[in-house]
Amino acid sequence: MTTTSALCDSLIKIVGKNFVSNQKEERYFYARDGGLMPPHEPDFVVMPKTAEEVQEIVKLANREKVPIVPKGAGLALTGLVIPQRGGIVLDMKRMDRILEVNEKARYVVVEAGVTQGVLKSYLQKHHPHLRHSIPDSPPVATIVANAVIHGQGRLSQQHGFNSDMVSGLEVVLPTGELCRIGSCSVSKYWFSKGPPLPDLSGLFLGWFGTTGIITRLGLKLYPCKKMRDIMLFLADKAELIPDIMLRLSHTEMVEDVVVSAAPLPLRFRGTFWIMAYITGDSDEELEFKRKMVWNALWEYFESRDLGFLSVSPDMKAPLMSMPSKDTSRFADVSKGGGFQYAGPITPIEKFPAFIRKLEEVATKYNVFYASTTRLIGAGHCMMFSFSFSFNRANTDEMARAKKALYECSKFALEEGGVLWKADIYEQRLLMDKMDPNTLVLMKKIKQLLDPNGIMNPGNWEVK
Amino acid sequence: MPLPKLKFDKTKCAECKAISCLVKCQYMDFKDKDKAKKEWQKVINGEDSSVLKSCTTCYACEEYCPFGNHPFYLIVERQEEKGILPAPRPIITMWINQCQPVGRFMVGKVEERALSYCLLPQFNTLVKGKLFDGIALSVIFGQEFFCNAVYLHYAKASVIKDRLPKIVENIKKQGIKELVCLHDECYGTFTSLTSAYDIDMPFKPIHYYEYLYGRLKELKDLIKPLNIKAAYQRNCSARLCPEIDHYVDDIFGLLGVERVKREYDRENALCCAEIFRMAMGPVLADDVQKRNINDMVRFGAEYCVFNCPACWDSLAHKVVKQGIKPIHMIDLCKLAIGEEQALKLPELVAEV
Amino acid sequence: MQKYVSQIHRCFRCGYCKFPTDYSSFNCPSYRRFRFDSYSTGGRLWLIYAWLKGEIEWSEHFAEILYTCTTCKNCAEQCPMKFAPDIVDWIVGARSDMVEKGKIPPRVARFFEAVYGYGNPFKQLRSDRAVWANGTKKYAPGDEYLLYVGCLGSYDENGQKMARSLVDILNASAVSFGILGEEEECCGNEIYMLGETGLFQNLMEKNNQKFKELGVSKVITLCPHGYNTMKNIYPASGGNFEVYHYTQILNDLIKKNKIKPSQAKAKITYQDPCFLGRYNNIYDEPRQILQSIPGIKLVEMERTRRDAFCCGGGSGNFVTDLLAGSADSPARIRAREAYETGADTLAVACPSCLTMLTDAVKAEDLDDKLAVKDISQILKELLSAR
Repeated sequence: MTTTSALCDSLIKIVGKNFVSNQKEERYFYARDGGLMPPHEPDFVVMPKTAEEVQEIVKLANREKVPIVPKGAGLALTGLVIPQRGGIVLDMKRMDRILEVNEKARYVVVEAGVTQGVLKSYLQKHHPHLRHSIPDSPPVATIVANAVIHGQGRLSQQHGFNSDMVSGLEVVLPTGELCRIGSCSVSKYWFSKGPPLPDLSGLFLGWFGTTGIITRLGLKLYPCKKMRDIMLFLADKAELIPDIMLRLSHTEMVEDVVVSAAPLPLRFRGTFWIMAYITGDSDEELEFKRKMVWNALWEYFESRDLGFLSVSPDMKAPLMSMPSKDTSRFADVSKGGGFQYAGPITPIEKFPAFIRKLEEVATKYNVFYASTTRLIGAGHCMMFSFSFSFNRANTDEMARAKKALYECSKFALEEGGVLWKADIYEQRLLMDKMDPNTLVLMKKIKQLLDPNGIMNPGNWEVK
Repeated sequence: MPLPKLKFDKTKCAECKAISCLVKCQYMDFKDKDKAKKEWQKVINGEDSSVLKSCTTCYACEEYCPFGNHPFYLIVERQEEKGILPAPRPIITMWINQCQPVGRFMVGKVEERALSYCLLPQFNTLVKGKLFDGIALSVIFGQEFFCNAVYLHYAKASVIKDRLPKIVENIKKQGIKELVCLHDECYGTFTSLTSAYDIDMPFKPIHYYEYLYGRLKELKDLIKPLNIKAAYQRNCSARLCPEIDHYVDDIFGLLGVERVKREYDRENALCCAEIFRMAMGPVLADDVQKRNINDMVRFGAEYCVFNCPACWDSLAHKVVKQGIKPIHMIDLCKLAIGEEQALKLPELVAEV
Repeated sequence: MQKYVSQIHRCFRCGYCKFPTDYSSFNCPSYRRFRFDSYSTGGRLWLIYAWLKGEIEWSEHFAEILYTCTTCKNCAEQCPMKFAPDIVDWIVGARSDMVEKGKIPPRVARFFEAVYGYGNPFKQLRSDRAVWANGTKKYAPGDEYLLYVGCLGSYDENGQKMARSLVDILNASAVSFGILGEEEECCGNEIYMLGETGLFQNLMEKNNQKFKELGVSKVITLCPHGYNTMKNIYPASGGNFEVYHYTQILNDLIKKNKIKPSQAKAKITYQDPCFLGRYNNIYDEPRQILQSIPGIKLVEMERTRRDAFCCGGGSGNFVTDLLAGSADSPARIRAREAYETGADTLAVACPSCLTMLTDAVKAEDLDDKLAVKDISQILKELLSAR
C-alpha cells in the first residue's frame, strides 16, 4: 500500500489541493452524523467536481485497496456514510449542476450533489408548473442520496417511494467505468430508469453506495398546481387510523397523508394528527377536493371519533412548509442536538400495534418520543417512524435511546415490517431474516460489481 | 374543594313569555313559542331535548335572555351531564390538554393595572405604540391565566369550574387590581361566568374597548379621521358582555368610522362559524360565512373590523377575497393616530 | 459569553444554516468558499464542542475554520432551533476562549496588535487619523451630532472617499455636526466579534467616556459595524446616546427636502451590509435614498435583504482576508451576482463592503462594467452636479 502522503498527492492531482483534506477537523466531522452510530474517521475527505474525477478516484482506490464512501449531506442519521473502515469520504456536494429540465417529458437531470433545497427553488423560479417529491429531511439533503436510501416525500402517497421516481442514472462502477442506466443508455432522453429495458437501476438504488457512485440522476417531476392546502383531522383511537388513511387514499385527491403522534407539546397529547394535503388550480378545484375528503371521513366525524381542526395561518405555515423545519426541531426537544428514528416500511394495518410499542418502549427506557407516519403508494405501505430525541451531552440518555430504537426495529421486523435505511446492525437483522437465496444473489452482485470490496464496506455485507 | 354550582333561577323561565333564548336562535328553528317553551322546560328538567344536540354553542342566548338567567350555561351543563359531545371527542381532548396549567407563569413587568393576552399570541403583535404607553410591559400570558371560557363550546363546564377559581387566584397573586382584558372571552369570563358560578373576583376586569376609548380621548390631538365604512364582526363571546357594545360606536365615532348598518350586526350578528365547522362539519359553516361576508359587501363595507383574533383567523383571508380589508380594532385605532397596522394577513399563497 | 459551553452541543448539524430562505444556493460565506462541511456553522459548532470535550486538539486549521466565519448572521436567520439567536454569540464565545489561550491565527493576532498599538487595524499612525478630513470641523459641545468615522473611513482609501462624501453632504444640508479627528478611537466591533473581550471592553469604555465628556447625545456612524456595536453593546456599559447610521440621516434629510439629488441615469443594485440588515433590520432606508433619485432604477440581486450574501469582510476579514484567493471568495461571487442583474452600479452602505467589492470587481475583470460606490458617494455626485 502506498503511504498516506503519496495517496494524498494522488488525490490532490485529481481534484486539486483545495478539495482534499486529511486534517483532523474534517476527519472528525465526516466521522459521524447526527444520529447514534459510533464515529469512525476517514483518512481523507475529497470533493470531486466531475464524473471523470470520480472515475480517477475510484481507479486509484482500487489500485490502493482503499475504501470509498460517497456522501451527500449525511442526514440518514443511521451512520450510512460513516466510513466504517476509514479510507476516502467523497463529499459529492460540489457536483451541483442542474443539467436539464425536460418540461414536456417532466423530468430533471441533476448531478449527484444537487440538494433538495436548490432543486425546489430552481423549479419554483424556472418551471413553476413542475415539482418534485420533497422529503422532510433538511434542504441540504441531496436528490441522489435520498433516492439511494429509498426516501419518501410529499408526493409519495400518489407516486410511491422517491426512488420509484428516478428516471435514469449515470454511475461510476466500483471498477471505474462510467455507465448509464435506463432510457438514457440508448437515447438522449432520461424518461425511464428501466422499462422497457432490463431495469438495472436496482443494482444501485437501496445499496447505500456499496455498488457504485451515482454521478447523475434523472428524476420525474409532477404537475405543480397553483394552490395547496392542508386539512387537519384529529383522532384518538389508533385502531381507526389505517381505515382513515385508506379512505383518504381512496379519494385519489390527496397528495400526501401524514399522521403524527407525540406527547408534547401538550396539544398533541392523546390524539393523532392526520394531515391531508390537497392542491388545486382554482378555488373550485380545492373546494371540490375538500368536499370529497369530508365525504370520505364523514362517518367517523359523525360518530365523534374524528375531529376536524381549523388551522390558523400561524399554525398553518409550518405545516405547509417543505421541507418541514419541525422535523429538525425534534432534535432539540431535550435541548440536546440529536434524534434518530427507526422507520420501518410496513403495511398500514400495523399502525395500532406500532403506536402501542412506541409508547411502551419510550416508557421503558424513559426517552422522549414522537412518531410520524407517511402513507406510501395508494396505501400499499407506510413509513412509521419510532423517533427518539436525545441530548448529545448525556451519554446515558443516548444509550437508552439506542436501546429503545433497536427494540422497536426488532419488533417491527417481527411484525412483518422491513427496516428503512437500516444501520449496519439493522442490516444484519434484515439479512438474518432474509431468504437465503436472495442473500446469495446479493453477494454475487456485490462481488461482481466490486471485486475489491472498496465501496462503503461494512454496509450490506453478506457473510 | 367542592366545584362551584351554576346559579340558575328556573322560576324566571316559568314566568317568561318570550322564550327568546330559543325563539331568537339563528341556528335552531323555534318560531313556535309554545314548542320552544316545552323544549326549554325539558332542558331545565334535565330531560333529553333536541336543543342539547342542535346547539351550535354560539353563546347568543346569553344575550337574548332578558333576565340574565344564563340559558347557554345551562345547556352546557346539561350537555355534559348527558355526555352529549358538541364536537368530536379528539378535538375536546386536544383543547383540554392544550390549555391545562403547567406552572409556567409568563409575565412581563406586572403592575396593579395589567393587560391579559389570555392564550392568544396575536396580542404580542397587536400591543404596540402610543395606545399602550405605560402598560405594554405589564402583561400576563399563558395557560396559568387562561380564562377557560372556550370549554363552553365543548360541554366541559366541569373544566371551567375546576380551573377557573385557580386562574382567578393566579391573577390575584400577581398583585393585579385592574385587568384590562384584550379578549371578550376573558372579560365575559370575569364578569358573566364568575358571577354565574359565584366565584369571588378579587380584581376588576376592564374591557379593552373601554381602555382604548379612554386612551383615544387622551390622544385626541393625534387622531385624523379615517372616513371609512366598516363592517363590525361581532364575536361569540361578545354575547357574554353586550353592555360593552356601545364602545364600538363610541370608538368608531372618535375615529370617523361608519359602522355599516348591516343585517348581521349587533343582536343579529353571525358567528365567525369556524367553531361550527369543527362541531358540525362544513355545510353550516360555509353557509354562515358566506351570508356574513355577502352582507358586509352588500352594505358597502370597505373594512371588516375584528374584535376577536379567532374570528380574524377564520374570516380575514375570506373577506379579503371579497375586496374588504380586514383589521383588528386595536389596529384601527392605530391607523387613526398615524401608526401602522400590526396584525396583517400572512401571505397565504400556498407554498408548493 | 461562557453560556456557549453548556449549550453548544444542541446543534443537530441539519444544515439549514447554509441556505438563504428560498434554499436557492449556499448563503454561508465560508461554506460557500471552502465547501467542506467543517466550514459551515454546523461544522464549527460540532468542532467547538469536540474541542471542549478534548476530542480534538487546537490546531491552526481549527483556528482558521473558526475565524473564516464572518459573523454575517445568515445562520442565525435560518437555523430552525430555539437557540438560533445565540449562535453567533457561541462562536464569538469560543473565539474569546481561543484568544485567552493565545491560540489564534497569526493574521488575527496581527489585527489585535495593530488595534492595541495604533488604535486601528491598519497599523497607521494615530496622528494620521484625520488626514482625510481636510479641515472638517471637530465636534464641540452643542453640535447636534458627532460623526463617528471609524477605522475604515479614516484610513482605507475607499473608506476615506465615503467619509469625505458624507461630510460634504452633511455640510451642504447644514447639519450641525463634528468629528473627533485624531482623538477618535476604534469602535471595537470587529475586536468583539473576533473574541478579544478585554481589548473590546477597553475601547468601549474609552469611547463611552469620551462621548460623555463631550456631552455627545447623538452619533452618526459611517460604518454599520460601528453602528452595531454602539447601538447594541455600548448601552450596557453606560453608553447613553442615540446612534444613527448615516443612511438613516440622509434618508431623513431627503424626506424633509433638505437634499434634492439632481437627475441621474443609472441602474443600481444594492448590497445589504450584514451589520445594517440582519443585525439591525435596516433594509429600507438605503433603498429609499436610491429610489428618491430621479432617473435611477433600483434592481435587486437574487439574494437580498435578510438573505443577502455577505461580502466576506465581517469579523475583521476586510483586513485578515481569510476567505480570499479564489473565484469562490464571497466578494467575487457577490460581484458576479451584482453584474448579472444588469446594473451598472453596485451601491453599498458600508466601507467594508466597499473595499471588499471594489477589489472583487477588479479580480473579476468587471471594473469597467460595474462601478462600486457607496450611497454617500452616489448622492454627493448628484449634489455637486446641481
